[in-house]
Amino acid sequence: MSLIDLKNISFGYPNCGLVLSNLDFKVEEGEKIALLGGNGAGKTTLFYIILGLLAPISGTVELFGKRCIKENDFSGPRKRMGLLFQDPDDQLFSPSVIEDVSFGPLNLGMNRKEALEISRYWLERLGILHLEKRVPYELSGGEKKLVALASVLSMGPDVLLLDEPMAGLEERAVERFLSVLKDESFKAFVVITHMPRLLEGEITRALFLERGRLSPGPSC
Amino acid sequence: MTCEHMAKGESLLHRADPRVKIIVALLLSLEVVFLSSLTPLFLALVSAAFMLLSTRIDTRLLLKRLLVVNIFVVLLWLIIPFSTPGSALFTLGPFTLTSTGLLLCLVITLKCNAIVMFNISLLSTSTVFALAHALDHLKVPSVLVQLFFFSWRYLHVLEEEYTRIKRAAVLRGFRPGTNLFTYRTYANILGTLFVRSYDRGQRVYWAMVCRGFDGTFWLLQHFRLRGMDFLLMSFVALLATSLLFIQWRS
Repeated sequence: MSLIDLKNISFGYPNCGLVLSNLDFKVEEGEKIALLGGNGAGKTTLFYIILGLLAPISGTVELFGKRCIKENDFSGPRKRMGLLFQDPDDQLFSPSVIEDVSFGPLNLGMNRKEALEISRYWLERLGILHLEKRVPYELSGGEKKLVALASVLSMGPDVLLLDEPMAGLEERAVERFLSVLKDESFKAFVVITHMPRLLEGEITRALFLERGRLSPGPSC
Repeated sequence: MTCEHMAKGESLLHRADPRVKIIVALLLSLEVVFLSSLTPLFLALVSAAFMLLSTRIDTRLLLKRLLVVNIFVVLLWLIIPFSTPGSALFTLGPFTLTSTGLLLCLVITLKCNAIVMFNISLLSTSTVFALAHALDHLKVPSVLVQLFFFSWRYLHVLEEEYTRIKRAAVLRGFRPGTNLFTYRTYANILGTLFVRSYDRGQRVYWAMVCRGFDGTFWLLQHFRLRGMDFLLMSFVALLATSLLFIQWRS
């Protein structure tokens, strides 16, 4: 069973032609993938389609071995997949960092104590526990990114979809991020990046998205 | 956050339970609406001012807020005294100033300011998020609570985007003037703002859905009634009854 299985996906925005055309994308357990491609190649769009946020014009989406068509089909898999948005401002809306990070765990049905515990764990892990009480929209860009990342990780996802997780991070933060990727047991992850070299040694394959299709990228 | 300056503070009212504050604010506002004679209204205004001062919010900020409200009141003063029928005080050309009109205006001014001051001192001293939570606890339909919370949340996003776009324009040498270019630029900024906010709103929603949001807000902190909440409640109860009593006596 593949974790993610997209077949024959086509998608286009109005007046822009096709962004993705007959694209196939499969993620198996244990795979660590870097997703590369030029600006506007459709990498983020691909993530949105995987999670059912955008509906493809044609093709099928299968998550954890189940065909997903309607909005309802996606709600289960979404809880097992962590999507980090490119712009952390899209993700953070609570009045304090700790509340934002525990938003996901609470939605998963954890009680407050558990939610707090797991949120603190991830803040600590990413080295930002001192931001706990701060207001998210007053943080710097890099700090926001880390908080957004913590808010995704706190849900304990099996699969991570990260949209440029390292953009704007300082060196130490990148290191901490990489150690999370290395040490934690995710079933698989896909990382959109423009800096594949930073991921050297952490990934099993790289894919290149170009003209609506995926091809094996440069080996890292 | 531009609109939550007043929520920062350590006064008694800042620390009071938002649930209590919402109920109390509603109660006082309703009561003031029903008061009709000058003495209780004046007393209401004085107690509202007292509550407002006890919050120790920056006076300049308060005056600014009150000014906005009173602009409307000034408009009323220009119209109502001349358009209400009653015994004429004096006549100026086609305009007749009536005592009934003057009294009505005074009542409206007192009511308006008292209500606004009560609400600033009770509601502005909580964050919007706390208020939303409190409304949730008070069993207000969750659709309404979310509507309220997200309007506020997007207002902030909108403002932020606007500042960002404008800054970018200014940095590229844009100087507003009275010409077609300026108008066109502003039209473009507004258009961009509209589209961007729409997109942003959608992505915020997506991000929430991805984190398992299904329409319920789970609360991390629960409110607890404390001594000062009972103090506030008794103070307001006392105030409300005495106002009613005075109104009934007059």
